[in-house]
Amino acid sequence: MQKLKAQLIEAFDKNNIVDAFGELTLTVDANDIITTCLQLRDTFAFDTLIDLSGVDYLTYGQSDWDVDASSSGFGRARERQYGNKNVHKQRFAVVYHLLSVSNNKRLRVKAYVSENQPIIKSVTDIWTVANWYEREAFDLFGILFEGHNDLRRILTDYGFVGHPLRKDFPLIGEVEMRYDDELGRVVYEPVSIEPNVNVPKVIRR
Amino acid sequence: MAEIRNYTLNFGPQHPAAHGVLRLILEIDGEVIERADPHIGLLHRGTEKLAESKPYNQSIGYMDRLDYVSMMCNEHAYVLAIEKMLNLKVPERAKYIRVMFDEITRLLNHLMWLGTHALDVGAMSVFLYAFREREKLIDCYEAVSGSRMHATYYRPGGVYRDLPEKMPRYLANNFRKPQELAAMNQDRQGSLLDFIDNFTKEFPASIKQYDDLLTDNRIWKQRLVNIGIVSANRAKQMGFTGPMLRGSGVAWDLRKNQPYAVYDKLKFDIPVGVTGDSYDRYLVRLEEMRQSNRIIKQCVDWLKDNPGQVMSEDKKVAPPKRTDMKNNMESLIHHFKLFTEGYSLPEGEVYSAVEHPKGEFGVYLVSDGANKPYRVKIRAPGFAHLASMDEMAKGHMLSDVVTIIGTQDIVFGEIDR
Repeated sequence: MQKLKAQLIEAFDKNNIVDAFGELTLTVDANDIITTCLQLRDTFAFDTLIDLSGVDYLTYGQSDWDVDASSSGFGRARERQYGNKNVHKQRFAVVYHLLSVSNNKRLRVKAYVSENQPIIKSVTDIWTVANWYEREAFDLFGILFEGHNDLRRILTDYGFVGHPLRKDFPLIGEVEMRYDDELGRVVYEPVSIEPNVNVPKVIRR
Repeated sequence: MAEIRNYTLNFGPQHPAAHGVLRLILEIDGEVIERADPHIGLLHRGTEKLAESKPYNQSIGYMDRLDYVSMMCNEHAYVLAIEKMLNLKVPERAKYIRVMFDEITRLLNHLMWLGTHALDVGAMSVFLYAFREREKLIDCYEAVSGSRMHATYYRPGGVYRDLPEKMPRYLANNFRKPQELAAMNQDRQGSLLDFIDNFTKEFPASIKQYDDLLTDNRIWKQRLVNIGIVSANRAKQMGFTGPMLRGSGVAWDLRKNQPYAVYDKLKFDIPVGVTGDSYDRYLVRLEEMRQSNRIIKQCVDWLKDNPGQVMSEDKKVAPPKRTDMKNNMESLIHHFKLFTEGYSLPEGEVYSAVEHPKGEFGVYLVSDGANKPYRVKIRAPGFAHLASMDEMAKGHMLSDVVTIIGTQDIVFGEIDR
């Protein structure tokens, strides 16, 4: 892995490479994704795209649990609030997990895209498998892949509204479906259940 | 002359050969497939979204429900990701138990695959024989976790509890004669390990039976040979892993190439195919069952000789013993914190993958330092395999689509997540 790291540092900027938990992450500008991926496939022999996923960093580092929510009674065994430390400059990221079967190496490539223009070039021409993964990222996060020839929703229902894995999409959803006897068809209505957090999110470092 | 046009056929989602809820839109010219467009998501349960709202340990059960015919392998990928982030040491015995159950799971998966694949193609009896063996393996699941399918047995830091000393037996009832009952309980007199040991001795004969029924069967070969050929290069391009990739002749197995748990200490071989057709993938999976049996045997021998801990000592992750909890305040506090709040992972991201029976099953975990994952992405092997349906089915006959669905080993729990 150190050898790959040295090669990557030579090819890309040192600041863009993170080595953590025994894994390498290369961060690239969204505009360079095609050239980078081509270079990784052709000169670094990353012949397989194992995974492509979207990430929404909207609430990164925010905990549900205010330290001073309770002014009396028991403390919450936490002295400091660590929240609101969002280290990510853009809201969305597209994360590619590459595998080199011939060299037995893995690499994570990350490209940030902005909230206003969540567009990135499609890598379907580089790895065929990206087709469905990009459709999934579009479906769940609303990230657009330029050059994808069939960017339809894939996992959600026909006619679904919204992108469910975005952090501002509620866990309970927005509409619920039932069969209406009078109308004789299925109707959609706003959800009737209340959101409920059983275990609050607590950040401890 | 009448104008001949292509027509579209809607296959599924309620079709017995669709292996669940696959809806396939097939554009057909006569009986030849021009285009196949799988519509998935009918079993989408939002596992990734749900996992974001729960402490880490509460999502282990969701992993079982992803690929619901290879439950423990899914759990393995998930707990490995957490352990990697926490840098948690797992006791050796727990690793052997995990490997043993991973291989039992592989047998469960491959037996299910073999039975249903043969059934789809028109061989009824293999299904019945395969389920005979599955029953015993599911009993192992039950003995160790109390559940026949959704075990939730693996935990970050080890496994939930040690293997039982006594294999549960069938009870007497009015419908069983005493001799029958004695015969049923014959291999259940000792511990779970004895039961599994006995199984590994009998299983090669069962594989021989499937082999005899199918491998040289004329109909089986007519339906499988040269169907869905994928070259090694295309297989890599389309993200194939596991038996699908090995069937195309690429000797790639995470258990060998990137060993996790104790796979580097065990002896087993990796079968590869030659032509990359459905028949080769069948042979690869059949051989994998033999190899799994070998691994299970080695694990049983090791486990019999080496008693010990099965859970990490790290009190911040592993729950305390019940007896400690009753007598020790620290343990009570740890227990309370673990089961109300859970534990927090350091900030960062990891990807961990296991050689799941279907291919590479990976979990990409992003943590912002909280007690819940910030993002969990599940890399399901079947997702990439099904995506290749169009390319694999093109130019084949309608009946071959069933073979191709079968050879891809599709399970919707993992594809739709």
